[in-house]
Amino acid sequence: MVETAIDILSWVLLLGGGAFGVLGGLGLVRFPDFYTRLHAAGVTDTLCALMIILGLILQAGFSILTVKLALILLFLLFTAPTASHALARAAIVDGVAPDIGKAKRETSSSNT
Amino acid sequence: MNSVLVLTTMLVFATMVLALIRALRGPTIYDRILAVNVFGTKTVLVVALISLLKGHSDLVDVALVYALINFIAIVAVLKLVKMGDLGEAGEGDITDG
Repeated sequence: MVETAIDILSWVLLLGGGAFGVLGGLGLVRFPDFYTRLHAAGVTDTLCALMIILGLILQAGFSILTVKLALILLFLLFTAPTASHALARAAIVDGVAPDIGKAKRETSSSNT
Repeated sequence: MNSVLVLTTMLVFATMVLALIRALRGPTIYDRILAVNVFGTKTVLVVALISLLKGHSDLVDVALVYALINFIAIVAVLKLVKMGDLGEAGEGDITDG
């Protein structure tokens, strides 16, 4: 009974993580400028890794494998936001302009 | 249980294909670096998934090392692109804020 519940929870986590990964990939391809793409990739990357590795931990049971998977999760949760931050900072310093949209740009130019 | 792991691996592979499309298309160099970052993270997940799928628990060590090397590589490439030199530090460096 408990094992079935754990199995179902792990399936939900694994498939949910995969779905979030594909959504992030679609955002990476379809979004209009660099910062929105960074948002799609950065946010869903962390969530996808979290859900898939938690699902794998539930599958693996309690062993040294669980500890290694938890270490991977820890490293990913530290490094993914850091890499996103470094990318955003490098792009904004380098002068990659955010795409603020057509209507917004017209009103701001008519005001000035 | 095996089929769920296979399906999840397929979903992660689909994400890797989408990241490759962005890496090939990307108008700026930062789009390409972002896509390579996503690709590397998904590689870690695929290696972890395959290690449980095939029962080769040694492969998890590979995923662990890949997660670390991926981060170092992204920051090093970013610094090289931004400053033109890995050793130089200057105005607008990615490491000074």
